[in-house]
Amino acid sequence: MPSLSKICSSFCFLSLLPRSRSRAPNPQAMAALRRFSSPAILPLRRFAASCPFSATAGDDQAVMTVETSVPFTGHRIDTPSRSVETTPKELLSFFREMSLMRRMEIAADSLYKAKLIRGFCHLYDGQEAVAVGMEAAITKKDAIITAYRDHCIFLGRGGKLIEAFSELMGRRAGCSKGKGGSMHFYRREAEFYGGHGIVGAQIPLGCGIALGQKYSKEETVTFTMYGDGAANQGQLFEALNMSALWDLPVILVCENNHYGMGTAEWRAAKSPAYYKRGDYVPGLKVDGMDALAVKQACKFAKEHVLKNGPMILEMDTYRYHGHSMSDPGSSYRTRDEISGIRQERDPIERIRKLILSHEISTANELKDIEKEVRKEVDAAIAQAKECPMPDSSELFANIYVKGLGVKDQAP
Amino acid sequence: MAMTMRKGLARGIAAARRRISNSREVEKERSEVKPTNLFSAINQALHIALETDPRAYVFGEDVRFGGVFRCTTGLADRFGKARVFNTPLCEQGIAGFAIGLAAMGNRAIAEIQFADYIYPAFDQIVNEAAKYRYRSGNQFNCGGLTIRTPYGAVGHGGHYHSQSPEAFFCHVPGLKVVIPRSPRQAKGLLLSSIRDPNPVVFFEPKWLYRLAVEDVPEHDYMLPLSEAEVIRPGSDITLVGWGAQLSIMEQACENASKDGISCELIDLRTLIPWDKETVEASVKKTGRLLISHEAPLTGGFGAEISAAIAEHCFLRLEAPVARICGLDTPFPLVYEPFYMPTKNKILDAIKATVNY
Repeated sequence: MPSLSKICSSFCFLSLLPRSRSRAPNPQAMAALRRFSSPAILPLRRFAASCPFSATAGDDQAVMTVETSVPFTGHRIDTPSRSVETTPKELLSFFREMSLMRRMEIAADSLYKAKLIRGFCHLYDGQEAVAVGMEAAITKKDAIITAYRDHCIFLGRGGKLIEAFSELMGRRAGCSKGKGGSMHFYRREAEFYGGHGIVGAQIPLGCGIALGQKYSKEETVTFTMYGDGAANQGQLFEALNMSALWDLPVILVCENNHYGMGTAEWRAAKSPAYYKRGDYVPGLKVDGMDALAVKQACKFAKEHVLKNGPMILEMDTYRYHGHSMSDPGSSYRTRDEISGIRQERDPIERIRKLILSHEISTANELKDIEKEVRKEVDAAIAQAKECPMPDSSELFANIYVKGLGVKDQAP
Repeated sequence: MAMTMRKGLARGIAAARRRISNSREVEKERSEVKPTNLFSAINQALHIALETDPRAYVFGEDVRFGGVFRCTTGLADRFGKARVFNTPLCEQGIAGFAIGLAAMGNRAIAEIQFADYIYPAFDQIVNEAAKYRYRSGNQFNCGGLTIRTPYGAVGHGGHYHSQSPEAFFCHVPGLKVVIPRSPRQAKGLLLSSIRDPNPVVFFEPKWLYRLAVEDVPEHDYMLPLSEAEVIRPGSDITLVGWGAQLSIMEQACENASKDGISCELIDLRTLIPWDKETVEASVKKTGRLLISHEAPLTGGFGAEISAAIAEHCFLRLEAPVARICGLDTPFPLVYEPFYMPTKNKILDAIKATVNY
């Protein structure tokens, strides 16, 4: 764990406080520090050692109970239990899926640098526990809509690596036929509504999807995802009001990675307690680096919103990469801060330690999984590279039905 | 400040009277010129704007750190965090606050990080900024407002980092829309826009931020708004464009001249209120007009120019007005090269129009 003083100095550097404030402690900076000194980043050894655990190793379906790293914090709601039921099988699948996501994002980074991926590209590594934990709590009939950091959400919804890499490289086999690119992944059959490029614009859409679900009476819900940057957009509050007014089955998932592009949350938000910012809408703060906590919260939220209307889940998470590929991610935060989070809160390492401490698999077996994952990713990239570009007629397709309105220009 | 403005305007007017490509001759006597790229020219203009007016402010998403295109680098260090600051990611709020700040007599220089993100601010700009003076019977205005925003293709920007939304704003009386083509133009036009007593939307060609390098005078100078500039005189056909598209058009003119076609190229510079006289005078001379812009063809500002010229120069036209523009598709990611109004498309249209 990096010393707290290092983190302190990183925040003081970041804050560059106005002169008038430097005499007195800045309450916002102090709040940020508290966050970093919260139990969320206590050494994992302690967390693992304190886990109540009741299952025999070897039986991968045996139900075991694991305590979340930190308690949930509620706003206008009683928090769910910290004890999460899981199975060895689930933990191993979490490990595998998150490793696959991580590897995909790192490969995307290289492909972007090699100019095989063009356009804008926002990577999800660090935040994998949110995608994986959420899927573990819901079904593919529940809807998800997100912003532009969408690659891993797509994988979570059952998307294939080849579709992801083809889309990233603008190939025909892409999930949006190669026409969308990084920010516009969709998967109709799994109720994944994408992939949206404008900050915050997907939030009212997600609430509209929930309005549709309310009419359909199929007991399904929508997870509408947005970041801490988008949390300051006015559209969120319009959408919250209508969702609450009409008791819509929508869960507003604020993935708080603490930086809206290059601006730290406390510089952009008077209250960075995003789970409270729905005022009359209940909220829950969740350790978004803990896949089991995410699962517990999403399960709880789904039940809640079906009966009572909307709810906010603030996922306390972190992105290792910069905002997009043009952002090195190190000008507004320190490398110490990033490596500190990697060491103390990494979602994959958390699951790895859990698996090892409960003797579900050996360290070598987990390494083998990582090797397999790497091979899968490499194979998908090779396959995607072979895939042709979309047909040139696609340039004019899907603008209007039957291409009306573009007749004059079509080749 | 007022003195500077008057001096600057006088210089601009003098330059315009001389009808040279820009105020280069006047400027040479005044100060050093240095090769400068477009984002640095913008940066210089912002430094000067803040230096010369203590009531000028620069704000937007991540601008305090220099902004994604480095246009605001060094401003916060020089002028302090109270005058150069980051906003949350909320374009409607940025525009609204900028209008309020300007209504109090300040120069609000707001940045929308990409022109593609300007739509959440559209209502504020169209309904609040543009009509403030009119609807209050001149009691209030937000003339100190300038919204800077990078527009246009960069080769691989995709749907939401490439659009050219200028035509939407050209439909709004009360606004000015300005688009520079080069570093020297950018500096002079931005300073004019900031100091102009009307709200201005200033679109910056992001493709040229680093690519375009030109000798730019280091001193404070302004270039006139609503004055088009003939950047290449010719006799067979008039070409009208703005921003980054002009360099493409210039190449087409070059190629056409090898086939013995003499093209007159006009940079409109200000889209509204636009300089009809210069364009009309040119079309009356050449008898032919081609307009080119990156935004989609239908409803683009080229349509307005085309209609106005058809009205005013009908009997002088020897061929239909040609428009070479972006295709009527969303801005495509992989098919950007097809979408773009390329040199060859323009060259074909020049030949077709001249041989009509």
